[in-house]
Amino acid sequence: MYAQMVKTDAARVRSLDEMEPVERAFQERIDAGQKIEPKEWMPEGYRKTLIRQVSQHAHSEIVGQLPEGNWIGRAPTLERKAILLAKVQDEAGHGLYLYSAAETLGISRDEMYEQLHSGKAKYSSIFNYPTLTWADIGAIGWLVDGAAIMNQVPLQRCSYGPYARAMVRICKEESFHQRQGFDILTVLCNGTPEQKAMAQDALDRWWWPSLMMFGPSDDASVHSAQSMAWKIKQNSNDELRQKFVDQTVPQAKFLGLTVPDPELKWNEEKGGYDFGEPDWAEFFEVIAGNGPCNRERLEARRKAWHDGAWFRDGLAAHAQKRQARKAPYAVAAE
Amino acid sequence: MKTAAVASPDVAEFALRMGDTCLILGHRNAEWCGHAPALEEDIALANTALDLIGQTQLWLGLTAEAEGKGRTADDLAYLRDSSGYRNLLMVEQPNGDFGRTVMRQFLFDAWHLPMLKALAGSKDRRIAEIAEKASKEVTYHLERSSDLVVRLGDGNGESHARMQAALDFLWPYTGEMFLSDAVDEALALAGIAPAPGSLRPAWNEKVARTLADATLKAPESSYAQKGGRSGVHSEHLGLILAEMQFLQRAYPGANW
Repeated sequence: MYAQMVKTDAARVRSLDEMEPVERAFQERIDAGQKIEPKEWMPEGYRKTLIRQVSQHAHSEIVGQLPEGNWIGRAPTLERKAILLAKVQDEAGHGLYLYSAAETLGISRDEMYEQLHSGKAKYSSIFNYPTLTWADIGAIGWLVDGAAIMNQVPLQRCSYGPYARAMVRICKEESFHQRQGFDILTVLCNGTPEQKAMAQDALDRWWWPSLMMFGPSDDASVHSAQSMAWKIKQNSNDELRQKFVDQTVPQAKFLGLTVPDPELKWNEEKGGYDFGEPDWAEFFEVIAGNGPCNRERLEARRKAWHDGAWFRDGLAAHAQKRQARKAPYAVAAE
Repeated sequence: MKTAAVASPDVAEFALRMGDTCLILGHRNAEWCGHAPALEEDIALANTALDLIGQTQLWLGLTAEAEGKGRTADDLAYLRDSSGYRNLLMVEQPNGDFGRTVMRQFLFDAWHLPMLKALAGSKDRRIAEIAEKASKEVTYHLERSSDLVVRLGDGNGESHARMQAALDFLWPYTGEMFLSDAVDEALALAGIAPAPGSLRPAWNEKVARTLADATLKAPESSYAQKGGRSGVHSEHLGLILAEMQFLQRAYPGANW
């Protein structure tokens, strides 16, 4: 789940009877489960909300390359190196599909980069935490990609066609990512005592930030209600967080690791786990730019963009020259 | 298949040279992951790095088999010091700007592809098979790198200047690809690998044509930096290995 707390501009969700005919027809199509495609009419709020969500999702993919990329050079075997490189490359690919999906809503990739670099657009809070050991690479695959899948599977049914279709492809790759993370941890947990301690330490550090990925409870949020009415969002944050905990706790047990939550307890009645509340003060600090790695993540993205300007300009200049050589009179006449 | 004409140590050494060169270049290219100037380039360069790591596994696997000392490809990659490494000096040089990375890839690919094509006819079946598989990947690498060299060399003033500077910097490292020693001579004689010098005309031709299209000028000096293939490296390789081998060195004997 890479989009958190996406705003909708809505003051409240309006009923069908309050809508103009064109908007009512739009909402009825959504209610009937039809997909909205790029050239079709859509309310401005729907378009803007999707741009915020899809671009935040895309930014999360490319910023997310950084913490994992941090270990490609230190991956412990040739196979692990190849797998990690392939995974980080997949994240870049996800970024590419998502930027393309967002572009169909009338914003350019350069504009979205500009919003990321200026701090106007956000990316997932999770990528502002550091990867300190090899076990963190396992934990990211297992927990972070696990949480992402929880959110992205329902997004395959999102009302906006290009986003839903991008999500189908992304989900396939994410489940491979999650398995590779779990596999890294399985090997560590069956390894030396030092390796097992490394795995436990990673779970201790990544557990709570992973639960925060779903965002604070949004049961009372008008933005979430509007996103749900538009079928951009399908489940509440708490619902998804509960599903994630219920799925992940048995996996931690299988690995022989302890989830760092003293309040964690099976609740027979609800058929799920009760668990503690993440530190939302920390979450809001991270969102506000005060996480352990916010500055270096953003700096790395800005630097890549800035240092690469000559490269992009050079290619553009060549394309222009080639065009001019092909049709010299057409260009001269312009 | 008759491969007995040459002792296995020569095959092991040859595969080590190929494998180490692929590994170190793959490692260097992977340093760009998440930092390239455009998303498409990030993906394409990671893809090249992945191919090279895959080829490393094959070449070092062959070394392990041919030397018969019970070592694995991972042992070779992660437990040798720099003096045991046999890669070309060019691939261990720092990435520099993206232009230098692109230029290095091109100068290497223009050698790598004719090398693999020649190896596809090797009398050693294992070498021929690796070369067959790798040459499909490297055909694409060369297409991409030569195309970028042309577009950036013949781009604007700044991109031209950067590509020329990259070429000037890397040029002294290109000669090493064509040097020959006793191992090369024995392998050439046995029809197992081409004589390094025999790859020169194809390389010269491809490089000259590409640089002309790119409006770049090859330096006139033919002085060649050498030593990589006999284990005498630049200062950079030690640092690459310090990073790459960290976990295997810090936790000896652990499984990953």
